Amino acid sequence: MKHLLSTLDLSREDAIRILDIAEEMAAVGTREVKKLPALRGRTVVNLFFEDSTRTRISFEAAAKRLSADVINFAAKGSSVSKGESLKDTAQTLQAIGADAVVIRHWASGAPARLAATDWIDAPVVNAGDGTHEHPTQALLDAFTLRRHWARANGTGSLGTGLAGMKVAIVGDILHSRVARSNLWLLRTLGAEVTMVAPPTLLPVAADSWPCTINYDLDDALAAGPDAVMMLRVQAERMNAAFFPNAREYSRRWGFDDARLAALDDHGLAQTLILHPGPMNRGLEISSGAADSSRSAVLDQVSNGVAVRMAVLYLLLSGDQQRTAN
Amino acid sequence: MTTTHTTGDFLIRGASLLAETTADLLLSDGRIAAVGPDAAADARAAAATVIEANGLVALPGMVDLHTHLREPGREDAETVETGTRAAALGGFTAVHAMANSNPVADTAGVVEQVWSLGRRSGWVDVRPVGAVTVGLAGERLSELGAMADSRARVRVFSDDGICVSDPVLMRRALEYVKAFDGVIAQHAQEPRLTEGAQMNEGEVSAVLGLAGWPAVAEESIIARDVLLAQHVGSRLHVCHVSTKGSVEIIRWAKERGIQVTAEVTPHHLLLTDELVRTYDPVYKVNPPLRREEDVMALRAALADGTIDVIGTDHAPHPSESKECEWAQAAMGMTGLETALSVVQHAMIETGLITWADFARITSTVPATIGRLEDQGRPLAAGEPANLVLVDPAARWTVDPSTMATKGRNSPFRGLELPGAVVATFYRGHPTVLDGALNTPVPLDGEA
Repeated sequence: MKHLLSTLDLSREDAIRILDIAEEMAAVGTREVKKLPALRGRTVVNLFFEDSTRTRISFEAAAKRLSADVINFAAKGSSVSKGESLKDTAQTLQAIGADAVVIRHWASGAPARLAATDWIDAPVVNAGDGTHEHPTQALLDAFTLRRHWARANGTGSLGTGLAGMKVAIVGDILHSRVARSNLWLLRTLGAEVTMVAPPTLLPVAADSWPCTINYDLDDALAAGPDAVMMLRVQAERMNAAFFPNAREYSRRWGFDDARLAALDDHGLAQTLILHPGPMNRGLEISSGAADSSRSAVLDQVSNGVAVRMAVLYLLLSGDQQRTAN
Repeated sequence: MTTTHTTGDFLIRGASLLAETTADLLLSDGRIAAVGPDAAADARAAAATVIEANGLVALPGMVDLHTHLREPGREDAETVETGTRAAALGGFTAVHAMANSNPVADTAGVVEQVWSLGRRSGWVDVRPVGAVTVGLAGERLSELGAMADSRARVRVFSDDGICVSDPVLMRRALEYVKAFDGVIAQHAQEPRLTEGAQMNEGEVSAVLGLAGWPAVAEESIIARDVLLAQHVGSRLHVCHVSTKGSVEIIRWAKERGIQVTAEVTPHHLLLTDELVRTYDPVYKVNPPLRREEDVMALRAALADGTIDVIGTDHAPHPSESKECEWAQAAMGMTGLETALSVVQHAMIETGLITWADFARITSTVPATIGRLEDQGRPLAAGEPANLVLVDPAARWTVDPSTMATKGRNSPFRGLELPGAVVATFYRGHPTVLDGALNTPVPLDGEA
């Protein structure tokens, strides 16, 4: 594994290796001294073309816990701004001596361009690109789900996948890089996926995806999912006729208190609620649901650091071994 | 093939005319002086330069209805000089220069400038296309009559790159150009359905997270326009048809006797949206690369006459416009120097068409649509000597860095293709010999 660009091209073997190493990394996070010397002397650049405090600090914490040096490069650029080109930025990082580039970009495929061109040699980690993929988010979701699934089945997590687990992903699938990355990864790990959304917020070709489509959230909950992943509804969708208004969206596709209670009515004691954050409380998720005992939202955040440590460790220590040979 | 000099008369020996009959051709004074046994027997043959053309196919010079020469305004991307060199190398003897220059070709002054630059370069006939609307803004008609009456004698009008989406304006344009036998070449793209669109909307766009460009955005405009053309009894030309549904609408319109012609690009006959998975912007183009079933429908439509012509949509861009994120990249591909080979590969080697059909779709019909009297003519005595000699057995690997166009944005980079242009004769003079540029035929730009 030279780069981490998408979960679509991630093998089951690599996915499970990342999750298993993340289990070890998570143990570090519980120690008093939360630091390993693994990447001492190596430089990780967080190259963010789009604001994302949560993902950036998660990657920063991950790199620092592995003793890497971290450079945060906030290259805010929009499609119309005449900022430095991606090529020039990449070549600058190459000249500075970056050992890995973690890139967040508003344009789908920007990390793939960095990886495919000769602008920079370093491993590239996709930290979310446009409406394409967000592979480390999917990996931390899978990590969270795997622990839950193993616990529910009375087994250990290590080496296992998600065979037989039923996961519903709810919300703006069309524009969600989280939904895409989760779909491919959850399928690779053996879970069954249901996408729940208004028809306007599903790609026209979603029927070609390896998942079930359901326009009705109540119906999807009655089917007994083991986990429900709620997606953020972006404000800019409100005025583009994807749905009539926020209240109607919330009534039909929001995880509100009534739906929280319905899980109990369906006898789904183990069903977990996930959200990649940041949440729109009262829109796609109620506070009652977000703060309930079913909510794994904060576990997701802490697991994110462990998973990103695992990814950086695998990409960079592998590179070190090749150099040594 | 040996030559001692490149001016005067030429005796082309043993060429296969349209791959049908083998004959000699004598070129003299800009015309085909004689064909067959008469050629060698002609008194002028003795002093003529002999071109041995055994194994070569002779075709009428290719005519492109859809070329972006970028001048005036974007001389960093292409100039009339470099673009027409590329055209000659590709086997063309005439190109239509699209109107989206800067300033836009929406006045007699700009179209005469482009026409004049073409005459001074002397590699091919450059026929400017006039903008339908002022500044391509889609608000009011350009001075279409003034452009028609200018020395550039514009007959093809297009806002290419932008759709004339206002139905009333489109109707008026179709009606108005009847006064001087013009044609409106429509870039069929419903603007609201394609806001921010990046690639064909379908299975691949769903995976890649790139905003979709639905087929219906093209098809709905074509459906509207053929009905408008029927209503007002005008000629309509549809640029770069890219979907199976568009083909079906055009077929329907032709069956009803509507005066519609349609064009397809070489790249839409060969490439699909699967290539976008690389996110390499060399595959970013408008209209976008579509699905395999669209490609097959376009090939079938070109073979059965539903689609009339090949138009290259040659769209050179400087490298910085492509060495970037997909969403930032410019749309367009070069095409002049690969058109013949791609069409041979996609259409002739698949058995769908013959070389005679090739002559029809790349020369005869485009010349008729553009009302070019000296182009697209038969290979017969007395006709203008605009012709090309092709080695159909040649194989070559596309290397954009060696092309005459300034654009390096060829989507065929690295592909091995059949067929090579060995010589191009423009007004009886070889602009290309032995597959390389020879010399032009500059004409007085003020004539």
